[in-house]
Amino acid sequence: MAAENASTTEIVQGGSFLLTPIGQLPQFTPEDLSDDSKEFGRAARDFIEGEVLPRDEAIDKLDLPLTIELLRKAGEIGLLSIEIPEAYEGLELDKKSSLLVLEEMSKQGSFSVSYGACTGIGTLPIVYFGTEAQKKNYLPKLAAGELLAAYALTEAGSGSDAMGAKTTAVLDGDSWVLNGTKMWITNAGFADIFCTFAKVDGQHFSCFIIEKDDPGLSTGSEEHKLGIKGSSTRTLILENCRIPKDRLLGEIGKGHKIAFGILNIGRFKLGAGCIGGAKRVIEYTLKYTSERHQFNKPLNSFGLIQQKLADMATKIFVGEAINWRTIGYIDDALSQSSWSDPDAGAKKMQAIDEFSIEASIVKVWGSEALSWIADESVQCFGGYGFSAEYPPEKVYRDCRINRIFEGTNEINRLLIAGTLLKRAMKGELPMMQFGQQVAKEISNPPKAAAFTGPVARLKHGVELSKRQCMLASGLAVQVLGQKLVDNQEVMARMSNMMMEIYAMESAVVRAERMLESGHRWAEIARDFTELYVNEAWHRVHGDARMLCADVTDGEGLRHALAGIKAFAEFHPTSCARLRGRIASQLIQKGGYPVEII
Amino acid sequence: MKILVALKQVPDTETRIKVAADGKSIDPADVKWITSPYDEYALEEAIRLKESKAAEVTVVSLGSDSAKDVLRNALALGADNAVLLKSEASDPLAIASALAAWAKGKGFDLILAGNKGIGGDNASVGPMIAELLDIAQANVVVKLEIGDGTFRAEREIEGGTEVIEGKLPAVITAQKGLNEPRYASLKGIMGAKKKTIEEVDGAAPSGSTSVVGMVMPPARPEGRKLDGEPAQQAAALLSALKDEAKIF
Ligand SMILES: Cc1cc2nc3c(=O)[nH]c(=O)nc-3n(C[C@H](O)[C@H](O)[C@H](O)COP(=O)(O)OP(=O)(O)OC[C@H]3O[C@@H](n4cnc5c(N)ncnc54)[C@H](O)[C@@H]3O)c2cc1C
Ligand SMILES: Cc1cc2nc3c(=O)[nH]c(=O)nc-3n(C[C@H](O)[C@H](O)[C@H](O)COP(=O)(O)OP(=O)(O)OC[C@H]3O[C@@H](n4cnc5c(N)ncnc54)[C@H](O)[C@@H]3O)c2cc1C
Repeated sequence: MAAENASTTEIVQGGSFLLTPIGQLPQFTPEDLSDDSKEFGRAARDFIEGEVLPRDEAIDKLDLPLTIELLRKAGEIGLLSIEIPEAYEGLELDKKSSLLVLEEMSKQGSFSVSYGACTGIGTLPIVYFGTEAQKKNYLPKLAAGELLAAYALTEAGSGSDAMGAKTTAVLDGDSWVLNGTKMWITNAGFADIFCTFAKVDGQHFSCFIIEKDDPGLSTGSEEHKLGIKGSSTRTLILENCRIPKDRLLGEIGKGHKIAFGILNIGRFKLGAGCIGGAKRVIEYTLKYTSERHQFNKPLNSFGLIQQKLADMATKIFVGEAINWRTIGYIDDALSQSSWSDPDAGAKKMQAIDEFSIEASIVKVWGSEALSWIADESVQCFGGYGFSAEYPPEKVYRDCRINRIFEGTNEINRLLIAGTLLKRAMKGELPMMQFGQQVAKEISNPPKAAAFTGPVARLKHGVELSKRQCMLASGLAVQVLGQKLVDNQEVMARMSNMMMEIYAMESAVVRAERMLESGHRWAEIARDFTELYVNEAWHRVHGDARMLCADVTDGEGLRHALAGIKAFAEFHPTSCARLRGRIASQLIQKGGYPVEII
Repeated sequence: MKILVALKQVPDTETRIKVAADGKSIDPADVKWITSPYDEYALEEAIRLKESKAAEVTVVSLGSDSAKDVLRNALALGADNAVLLKSEASDPLAIASALAAWAKGKGFDLILAGNKGIGGDNASVGPMIAELLDIAQANVVVKLEIGDGTFRAEREIEGGTEVIEGKLPAVITAQKGLNEPRYASLKGIMGAKKKTIEEVDGAAPSGSTSVVGMVMPPARPEGRKLDGEPAQQAAALLSALKDEAKIF
């Protein structure tokens, strides 16, 4: 697949955004998408609007034959083969194309989970870790939708602590014999193959490909869930389940590489799916609030409703900026190796792992944005939002899972700060140097005048935020040392600041490009970004101050806060005015205007 | 067999249409463009014939550069060749003349089109092409069978079905129900990128009509709530229908 026009070959280090001046890292934006990729997105949109959304209700009654039929239809038009190499009858498209498709798929919550588990966590372990024979055997059929896949990592006793699995695998002659029960397995009701994790001899965490008809395999009954009720979730029961020896995936004892590598991919996809879902929510919320009248006026004429509408669209714009920036880095890194390389899978996995901080940010930020948007959609509908007759009620339930699976948001928050610290300790990221630079700058902080361009003020704001985050985090490291990772609230504050900085910076750069290129929606892009930075800057400021208070007090705290204050010369503009302007554009357009496909 | 399908690019039915400053055309800003849905039935029928009878399918669209999207999509769905007749013409006779002039002598056995382009709703171009080429036609067709140099078409008429038989070459215009159009496959989309779209100057003799004005419907007046008991409301509604709406 041809490289995107705005791609760069400069390889970026994961996590370096925090330490690099705004604008110096390359950044992919949705506006850089090639016409080619967009067409794949449109094909997915036609499919989802023509085949899936009209069957929304039936899907959510857990009509599994229907879900199977829809997955097979998706397979017929190639939607299951996007990430499978050409050598195994896949389309071998870049991750950008898969993200565009995923955004569309996510307009039906249950189906998107079935689709994601099948094409993502279910199929990709074989793509990246399979032997030649395994790939030849399974991938063409997975690409065509003849086989549907699932991923079985979690157990009743081990969720977040996935490595604590109790399922065992013992070699007996030419077969592995597996025993144990996997829990919460998406697609278990119909999957043909399960990428399943078990400990060899009770010790060495490993992955196996298990087929539905293998002796000793059964599934439990369907879980009764809060949301995504149309997705199949069951236990996978292995009782002396006997499989051929060559079904071991990857190496004995290296299962964690598969588990965590695949989760990384799952994370940035999940974030993209959330923004796709949000686009549907804002659509019907705009429609309802334009039609419903109270006090003789449409709801969308009220300031507090406009506030919600503007914030929904702003989150979508910022979320897109985060997602596409991240996918740009990942695609660039992936394009450094070819599938014809002998160790292509390992190289590609490593390329993706490099951006585990960003992938976790995308997951947490996106899932929380959608939760907020779904909640406010219920609110905009008033009593009707609480009724199952109207669409917000369902999305409110469906979106809840996103903060739980693919690593809970707590676990991901711990990973964001934890990975940064680990890389800093190893000297892979120049965090110490940046810390020293910031300490010196306290007496001479960056001035607004040093920034240029149409969003200079916002760029200044982002740079100030980085310094506040650095000062507070540096203090935490200094005071707590090794104990920092056990102080989870402090870790979460660090992560929150990093997320906001990544979000602000991604949006600012995106808006600046749109303004400079005279994009049709450049003005509203500026408003989205200004609104977001106004609010997020103050959240980072608050987190930085309170983080200091978590680790020190008295004179030490006074001193730390004075340092942070040195980087606080940033004045907000009127959010109310920005929201009013954004809302009037949304209402006029009747939708989120910055269409990317 | 050689099949020609005429495709028109039209504004998406969900686009909020605004009248342009000239007062007689659509403001193209923010308009989303699609293939006219009736043309999609025509194209699907052609592709099915290609699959069952080894036909070669050419798609043609008269319009501006943006109509290439429609052609590219048709290539992704399975058309073999695509031609853009570059023209600003909007009068049905001018469009039909340009299409007929281009198609003449190229040996098409079957010309398929939608029975009308949504939005304009003139339902003229297909029949006009048939007349200009002096070949058979059947319009608003819901079922089509192609024999050896012949066709058999069914159309829904008031209270029944009309069956028409004729000789090829012919123009057939498609109605909803003719088939269920397929989705473009990602492979098809990738394949379409490798094909080229031929561009031809489609300037046509000016037509016999021109659009002189376009007006949005007046805003709907606000509704009114009738108060009182159901019986009182019914009486009020009846008198409003009689005295104000003058329905009876
Ligand atoms: C609908 C659904 C579909 C799923 N699909 C699949 C699937 O296809 N395959 C699969 O393998 N799994 C699947 N899962 C499992 C899912 O990944 C787990 O539920 C998830 O990892 C959380 O594990 P748990 O439920 O055991 O929660 P726990 O790990 O018990 O967590 C409970 C709470 O404690 C917190 N917590 C746990 N450890 C820590 C810590 N160290 N520090 C701070 N907080 C902590 C968590 O954040 C959470 O808030 C699915 C789950 C659901 C609900
Ligand atoms: C489960 C349930 C139980 C209920 N029980 C009862 C009951 O026992 N008795 C009873 O009488 N009612 C009951 N209600 C009705 C409930 O009080 C109303 O739903 C509520 O007052 C909101 O009105 P609404 O649903 O018409 O929303 P709307 O008034 O249409 O409001 C929609 C949105 O617009 C906002 N909005 C409306 N006007 C303005 C404004 N001027 N400025 C800014 N924002 C505005 C609202 O805050 C809301 O976010 C119940 C509702 C539910 C869902």
